[in-house]
Amino acid sequence: MSAASDIRKRKELLELMTGLGATMVRAGRRLLSSLPALFGVLVFTFLLMRVLPGDPAVFFASGPNAGKEEIEQIRKQMGLNKSVPEQLVFYLSDIGHGNLGRSMMTGQPVLKDLRERLPASLELTFTALLIALVAAVPLGVLAALRPGSLVDHGVRMFCALGVCVPTFVSGLLLIYVFYYLLGFAPDPTGRIDVFTSLPPQRTGFLSIDFLLAGDIDGWWAACKQLILPAVSMALFVIAPLARITRASMLVSLGSDFVRTARSVGLSWRKVVVTYALRNAILPVITIAGIVFSTMLGANVLVEKVFSWPGVASYALDALLSSDYAPVQGFVLLMASVFVLVNLIVDICYGIADPRVSIE
Amino acid sequence: MSATLLRIDDLHVSFSTRRGMVEAVRGVTLTVGAGEMLGLVGESGSGKSVTGFATTRLLDAAGRVTAGKILFRGQDVTKLRGDDLRQLQGAAMSMIFQNPRAALNPIRAIGLQIADAILTHKRISKDAARAEALELLRAVQIRDPETRMNAYPHELSGGMCQRVMIAIAISCNPALLIADEPTTGLDVTTQKVVMDLLADIAAARGMATILITHDLGLAARYCRRIAVMERGRIVEEASPKALFGGPRHAYTRRLVAASPTAVSRIEDLVTEEEREGYAAIISKPRQELAAGTPPLLEVRKLAKRFDQGAAAVADFSMTMAGGESVGLVGESGSGKSTTSRMICRLIDPSEGDIVFDGQSIGHVAARDFHRSPFRKDIQMVFQDPNESLNPRFTAFDCIAHPLMRLDGLRGGDELRQRVNECAERVGLPLDLLPRFPHQLSGGQKARVGIARAIACRPRLLVLDEPTAALDVSVQAVVLQLLDRLRRENDIALLFVSHDLNVVRMLCDRTIVLRNGGIVEQGESRALFDNPKTDYTRKLVEAIPHFEAGPALAAAL
Repeated sequence: MSAASDIRKRKELLELMTGLGATMVRAGRRLLSSLPALFGVLVFTFLLMRVLPGDPAVFFASGPNAGKEEIEQIRKQMGLNKSVPEQLVFYLSDIGHGNLGRSMMTGQPVLKDLRERLPASLELTFTALLIALVAAVPLGVLAALRPGSLVDHGVRMFCALGVCVPTFVSGLLLIYVFYYLLGFAPDPTGRIDVFTSLPPQRTGFLSIDFLLAGDIDGWWAACKQLILPAVSMALFVIAPLARITRASMLVSLGSDFVRTARSVGLSWRKVVVTYALRNAILPVITIAGIVFSTMLGANVLVEKVFSWPGVASYALDALLSSDYAPVQGFVLLMASVFVLVNLIVDICYGIADPRVSIE
Repeated sequence: MSATLLRIDDLHVSFSTRRGMVEAVRGVTLTVGAGEMLGLVGESGSGKSVTGFATTRLLDAAGRVTAGKILFRGQDVTKLRGDDLRQLQGAAMSMIFQNPRAALNPIRAIGLQIADAILTHKRISKDAARAEALELLRAVQIRDPETRMNAYPHELSGGMCQRVMIAIAISCNPALLIADEPTTGLDVTTQKVVMDLLADIAAARGMATILITHDLGLAARYCRRIAVMERGRIVEEASPKALFGGPRHAYTRRLVAASPTAVSRIEDLVTEEEREGYAAIISKPRQELAAGTPPLLEVRKLAKRFDQGAAAVADFSMTMAGGESVGLVGESGSGKSTTSRMICRLIDPSEGDIVFDGQSIGHVAARDFHRSPFRKDIQMVFQDPNESLNPRFTAFDCIAHPLMRLDGLRGGDELRQRVNECAERVGLPLDLLPRFPHQLSGGQKARVGIARAIACRPRLLVLDEPTAALDVSVQAVVLQLLDRLRRENDIALLFVSHDLNVVRMLCDRTIVLRNGGIVEQGESRALFDNPKTDYTRKLVEAIPHFEAGPALAAAL
């Protein structure tokens, strides 16, 4: 390696570092600016829960025959006898101390519950998104390369089917075929069957924790549990991702710079991948971020069908039993995840497209 | 003559559209010798670009060569497939496109894009390709090439992007270079620099070049031989001298007449047969304004700053009398559009004042100016006739809209009558009024834009490059129309343009802008014939016209 190119490389590295530093500063500023929105979400959910019908004290009293005094006592214990603004102040000060309250259902602090369940949801959603992207991007590209062809119509139909069939139906179908008929899949009950010993918890993502522990059998078992719910979730979001890939790929392929690339005789691969697809992928990044946030909250149906111990089913159960704290904690969590995902999307976008910088 | 490099033989190209097959090229026959520079001139839709794309095999999926041969070094290009084709593209022939910024990949550093082209045809290492790319950037005279290697297209000016495009096109030393409108949309001075560079490179490397352009003057300046195309056919092929001296075909005659030269007048822009009606109008002497009439428009020390950046316009002052025409010229970024928009009260000035008809209007916020009684006195014609018409409004709606908004007409016969009258004044056939913009030609859309602007009988018309997107023959008609409106209705014209030939013909006075400040101003002919500043001289000299113009024009 010559000295000149060595210096050049070093210079490039330095530029990259300062670029990254600037991005981090801007990212921090973005996070700060989203705090008011998070606060708004907090207050709004709090008020909403108070407006909803149902009295938690009655619900959590020892039984239907519980006396007035007992209910009143529980009410006092929960602080429900105070006025709503007072309750709000207490709630906010608790949040300020990092205390999301205690769930009446599980009897555990909400923070602990969420911390246990969030990795399960995240693992499922990440896997589903990955499957969806791996399927949707090539499908969209294929459709765009031959618009109006059999492939294009096939992709369109596949997408339509994916959207039409609700996730719980496709989930049940998958279970019927792969578990009941073919017997490939393990029984759809949770993240891992009861007889497997769990690995020491590091990331909370079972598939990663098993790998870190060097337990290949356990890893395979966890993956087998994961694959069906992930696929049924992915089926639902392939459609928007594939359609946006196709549309932006069509624009990209028809653009002047692709014509330039063809005019100098670049290989087909280079034209399609380096020139067309890299430009076409930009809007897909944005959509993928939105899809991820939506999936994380809305995958309650899949979690229920596959008995997946995730945050969404946890929140639904809490909502049904008028358990305030978990629902509020869940909404706060979702809002934070949404902010974070959007930020990550914007950073990715800024790296992928030199024309934009996040503000 | 040197050996024939390219021979196009009776080429036919068709496009399948919704309305069936449309034949864009119908029997073009051409030869290009090695190292020769051929001009292919024609107006939009003449098939000149399609001929170029067919030669480089870059036609859209909808386009197909239906008949004829394109022989490049004796090999029929239209029959090549796969790898044979790729070895030809870039290595043996390459192409430069209109709109250079769009022609480059926006998210790939330009050094990499040049290296991509090199690596396609040469088996060398990435570092070697990078070094060659750097050499090419030097060859196309890009300053500070080491830094520019990592630049992205949006960080470069249009002229720079076109140089990068040239570097990509010549990266593998092709024998034939097809330049499709390489300088359309660039400033005249940039145009000259880029064209000089292109000509030098082609000469130094012995490349044959086909220059596809709508600008007869440009082709005449750089090419020894010019082929004129009309509706998919070549109607005439000759040396520039012969073409300007004695055009044989009727279409060429019209084209030559419509191309503005250093001495042409507005009435010269059409052939003699078409000239009659117009002569009667211009022979009428303009009524002189009584002494002491206050100026229609007075602009005092106008300035505009965007955000915290440097001033886009600073210390701009001018006056205009009623019925006067003033040209505002300058390169892109000189602040001419910003100035015109401030005068139109579409944007707010940062400093200074605008006095119209004795009343200060500079302090009325642009947002509220539509309620001012002066809104209908100051109207604007925009650059792009396609973009400036609402695609969901018919031509009638477009013209009627200002009448309803500003003149308070409420439909009915009176509105219809006023719209028809406007259409007649701009020469728009009445049966076109129910059509939507996409059903009109460029010239017709320009007329709708002008009709809309004059609908409320304004006293000042601000025109922002109204003919930049039009063919020369259409431009000629639009210019005559504007001149006629000015003479008949006493409308003052503020004409913003980078086309000095047009300004010279249309405007009594000209103001030259540079970097937001006035460089020079004065009576148009004097200013152009005898520029006082270097900048104006550079602008004037950069206009391509045929050198022997004056003598020939006299002979016509």
